[in-house]
Amino acid sequence: MTTKRETTVGTPFVETPKLAVRDVNVFYGTKQAVFAVNLDIAKNQVIAMIGPSGCGKSTFLRCLNRMNDTIESCRVEGSIKLDGMDIYESKLDVVPLRARIGMVFQKPNPFPKSIFDNVAYGPKIHGLAGRRADLEEIVETSLRRAGLWDEVKDRLASPGTGLSGGQQQRLCIARSIAISPEVILMDEPCSALDPIATAKIEELIAELSQNFTIAIVTHSMQQAARVSDRTAYFHLGKLIEVNETQKVFTNPDHELTEAYITGRIG
Amino acid sequence: MDNLHIDQHISQQFNSDLEHLRTHLLELGGMVEAQVVDAVKAIETADGNLAERVLQTEQEVDRREIALDRECTLILARRQPAASDLRLVLMVTKTTHDLERMGDEADKIAKMAIAINEDGGASPRGYVELRHIATNVIKMVNACLDAFARYDVAQAIKVVRDDALVDMEYRTALRELITYMMEDPRSITRVMNILWALRALERIGDHARNIAENVIYMVHGLDVRHIPIAEIENRLAAQIKNL
Repeated sequence: MTTKRETTVGTPFVETPKLAVRDVNVFYGTKQAVFAVNLDIAKNQVIAMIGPSGCGKSTFLRCLNRMNDTIESCRVEGSIKLDGMDIYESKLDVVPLRARIGMVFQKPNPFPKSIFDNVAYGPKIHGLAGRRADLEEIVETSLRRAGLWDEVKDRLASPGTGLSGGQQQRLCIARSIAISPEVILMDEPCSALDPIATAKIEELIAELSQNFTIAIVTHSMQQAARVSDRTAYFHLGKLIEVNETQKVFTNPDHELTEAYITGRIG
Repeated sequence: MDNLHIDQHISQQFNSDLEHLRTHLLELGGMVEAQVVDAVKAIETADGNLAERVLQTEQEVDRREIALDRECTLILARRQPAASDLRLVLMVTKTTHDLERMGDEADKIAKMAIAINEDGGASPRGYVELRHIATNVIKMVNACLDAFARYDVAQAIKVVRDDALVDMEYRTALRELITYMMEDPRSITRVMNILWALRALERIGDHARNIAENVIYMVHGLDVRHIPIAEIENRLAAQIKNL
């Protein structure tokens, strides 16, 4: 299991990519965290990024909506195109970009506001709802799509932070879909949740993938196997393998992928 | 990949679970192989006692089949194996089933041996064919287990190829035995016994081929069932080239 390969094995490219990543390198100061990643993220599909801690998968995910811009020492090279538009172009405003590419984090982070306001905040600042009735409709639709409506419809004015962990995470998902993004990035969205809440989020991912493109970083291989269409395996900052999920979990092409998903010493 | 590295998991317990699974399957394989060898010998030498022993082994084979299935179920439930580990466990469940069926076929041969014995001993009609096919089938049984033990795909392919030969020999033998029966209708009962035994051997060959196909799946993740041998070799070559 010591074979060295420089290029990604499997099928990193697709015919109609939503996001096309080419030769992306990421540095923190002088330290390189991600090496020459080439990858297409297909439209309305779920792609899972897996790999051991420190392999660069979260760093890579955060490149996809320029979240790394907030880190002073972080530098991103290469090109990332959303429907053919370079998202790292210097004149580009990141606010509308992040409206098109939303993000859900590991720990649910609702605003210290009411459930209603959590979901209504995005549409308001992006000017998506002119009238109160429109806003109410967006909030209801988003909460319904996030599978939370029935649980919160009678207490929309209570604080979002009063919900359970799983409900908070679904609230965050409702918040991110309220502004109709095209891509949703999820960074270990279930790692702080119990199995029931996790199952609900996974069910939600499956439903959302019909309308959204989803990239999810997860430490749970079973979760990657359950929710994704394609799986990308990162190791020491390199993208080792990308393949259909069913291929990765039954017969991966690369020894390192095999070693990781079967729990061997890689 | 000539080795599945089943001893390299971070979890020692998982290593040992898989190693036990492998050992237990090989033990069952050895037991069934001995059953086949003994059943053929019993029919050749009209040895009723040996045939009885073959029948008695059946209970132990059944017990081990159930135990192996249980081991596989526990590994699936507790470890959620993936990739080569998953293929190993799937291979073991399928192979256990094939081995148990081989044991059943060996039983049939043993019962024919008892019938022939009670019928007044050996008749030379059909023995040459039986011995010939039996030799080849026993080799196949041995080779498919060996292929499993050593993850030896080349040997597995040979078993698949040999099965086609055995099938052909079986058809030839069938025609000859029918001729005997037509020539001498008094021999029908005895020749029928030999014919059933031949049929059982041919089935054992089919199970050996199944096991060999399972070995190819386990090692390369390639499902080669119901595919002509030339195509199997093409696909394997393509896959190895891609690696």
